[in-house]
Amino acid sequence: MEHVDGKDKGNIVLYALSTCGWCAKTKDLLREMGIAFDYTFVDLLDGSEQDDAISTVEKFNPSGSFPTLVINNKKTIVGFREQEIREALGP
Amino acid sequence: MTFTGISEQEVDRAYDSLKNDALDGGYRLNPDAEFVKNLIRGLLKNEQRYGYRACPCRLASGKMEVDLDIVCPCDYRDSDIEEYGACYCALYVSEAITDGTRKVAPVPERRPPRSQRGTMKERAVQTVAVGGGTTFGSLPFPVWRCKVCGYLCARDQPPGICPVCKAKKDRFERFL
Repeated sequence: MEHVDGKDKGNIVLYALSTCGWCAKTKDLLREMGIAFDYTFVDLLDGSEQDDAISTVEKFNPSGSFPTLVINNKKTIVGFREQEIREALGP
Repeated sequence: MTFTGISEQEVDRAYDSLKNDALDGGYRLNPDAEFVKNLIRGLLKNEQRYGYRACPCRLASGKMEVDLDIVCPCDYRDSDIEEYGACYCALYVSEAITDGTRKVAPVPERRPPRSQRGTMKERAVQTVAVGGGTTFGSLPFPVWRCKVCGYLCARDQPPGICPVCKAKKDRFERFL
């Protein structure tokens, strides 16, 4: 997990792919909003580390797609849904 | 998003070729050229690490037979353009997007989840079982269907490249 510093809005984790345009946009949005979050590029993980990450994503988002944003281990936002992300993490 | 070992010239070349192929086949690339080039960097990166241009917005397994349906252009492109105005990555978009009457919005994943996927071989067999009715047993040639664009042709073997959408031979399934 890579960490990005910012405003503390709880445990914010972004599961992304290094090659995916919408993942990049989601990450840029979180940075622009100044939110503290962790992210991981699942395609760059190896072996069991990758398997674990996929299982976690599937737990929150059964289709196993990216980007998957998990907020405080409860709320999940799948895809670059700007408005939803702003509402969930806004000021 | 930059990847080592992929030059801007390669990206530009791939962009021109994708754009021409799209136009030839009646498809349109997203008018946001920078966004498209980022996706192309992803496609080229996947070609480098997996050996085939897996969808940059999906996690490829690295096994071609498992990933055939998400080799770009993917099996889901046409349905997603039809329903959402864009393919899953928004690399390919509808006319309504290019002329600005519709905006690109997130496309839900149409590919079945991992647990329901099976291999392409199993899926091909299922499709043939459904598509191949007994009444067509006497056709002089088998009919092949391009899973990317739906193009049909009756010949001994599918063509090496789909003349409509340029998908390769392995993207064809026996239809009748």
